[in-house]
Amino acid sequence: MVTDEKKIGWEMNEVAQKVALDIPDGSYVNLGIGIPELVAGYVPEGREVIYHTENGLLGMGPVPPAGEEDPELINAGKKCVTAIPGACFFHHADSFSMIRGGHLDYCVLGALQISENGDLANWSTGEPKAIPAVGGAMDLIAGVKNIFVISQHNTKTGDPKIVKQCSYPLTGKEVVNRIYTNLAIIDVTSDGLVVRELAPGVSFDYLQSKTEARLKEK
Amino acid sequence: MINKVVGSLKEAITDIFDGAIIMISGFGEAGSPIELIHTLIDHGAKNLTVVSNNTGSGHVGLAALIENRQVKKMICSFPRTANSKVFPELYHNGEIELELVPQGTLAERIRAGGAGIPAFYTPASVNTPLAEGKETRVFNGHKYVLEHGIRADFSLVKCKTADRYGNLLYNKTARNFGPIMCMAANISIVQAREIVELGAIDPEVVVTPGIFVQRVVHVSNPADESRLVAEDRRYPW
Repeated sequence: MVTDEKKIGWEMNEVAQKVALDIPDGSYVNLGIGIPELVAGYVPEGREVIYHTENGLLGMGPVPPAGEEDPELINAGKKCVTAIPGACFFHHADSFSMIRGGHLDYCVLGALQISENGDLANWSTGEPKAIPAVGGAMDLIAGVKNIFVISQHNTKTGDPKIVKQCSYPLTGKEVVNRIYTNLAIIDVTSDGLVVRELAPGVSFDYLQSKTEARLKEK
Repeated sequence: MINKVVGSLKEAITDIFDGAIIMISGFGEAGSPIELIHTLIDHGAKNLTVVSNNTGSGHVGLAALIENRQVKKMICSFPRTANSKVFPELYHNGEIELELVPQGTLAERIRAGGAGIPAFYTPASVNTPLAEGKETRVFNGHKYVLEHGIRADFSLVKCKTADRYGNLLYNKTARNFGPIMCMAANISIVQAREIVELGAIDPEVVVTPGIFVQRVVHVSNPADESRLVAEDRRYPW
């Protein structure tokens, strides 16, 4: 069995590409801050996907060339972006009406923990010294039709992120539809966690050894 | 004659009182009315409750207002950013209160406050610590949490274009909380890059109807907060 995790599995760029392939033409998509942002770079040719950013833009485009940044045209991570032709701006109550009202098709988020029934924890470790900050995560998971998580399979210290029950404060209960990690793609089903695809060099048994929650083979 | 344009920043905020509830527009620096905030620092009103999505960056704008010990409580969704130093320190020392609200709930509470809706049910935060102690109810088999509208004594908002009736246009993603904060405050105070003649704004594209705005002040060249932070500037200068 391969034990050096760094040498097996996908790079996160490849994982982002997997996510992009699963988002159909014509979708309205919200990408979380950080690794989820990579997904926008891999939309297959011929597909049109419209990105929503909760601070008031539908039709978010890529990062502008150096020197052309506008500090009043930013994404949810407060980084400068562009607006594509056909984009529109709107205020925050409209933006979250799109989110909670079920108008967005996909949301791709990072995670601290995901449980076997699809509970998500991604806003706070609950440590007494941590400053709690939630942003739009709880609204997104409550309203967007499909919730995808993209994340390293394990924490930096090797602890499982896919667990029986989240120990961190929840963002929402039974909300995640699919998990994309460097080791596998896993569906959250009413029948439990079903492995959809294994990364190269990863066996089911190895994956299970890196996962606290019980996995099922497809 | 209706003319909501006032002559100076100082005049615009002169009646802000100790203990007031103040909404401040902006998502990060985009839409943050930094000149109005700095004038409020000069003014000195204390024990303020501030409703704003974040808590400012560096030592200017909202962060400087907090650093000047004028804010007793923040109501916000994300009280830290890469460059926020002031709020974390005061929070750890127990010198400032925090009411953490999911971003969409914050927006809807403000909208509701401005729209005469005292409370509403939302799916956001159900089954999380942020719903603890709040009333819940099941509709169509799904659980929702009761949240209350917020009103403010004043709102401080930044826009791009205004006329003397208070009709407003914004710039790109700097719109964010501006329109709903204008609705939800007894006195909405707006700094505008340009003030135009009546009729110059196409009535079809007015974003904030003037009825929601009480005062407009001309700030033709507002500061870039990120530049001030990069230069490690501090207010008062």
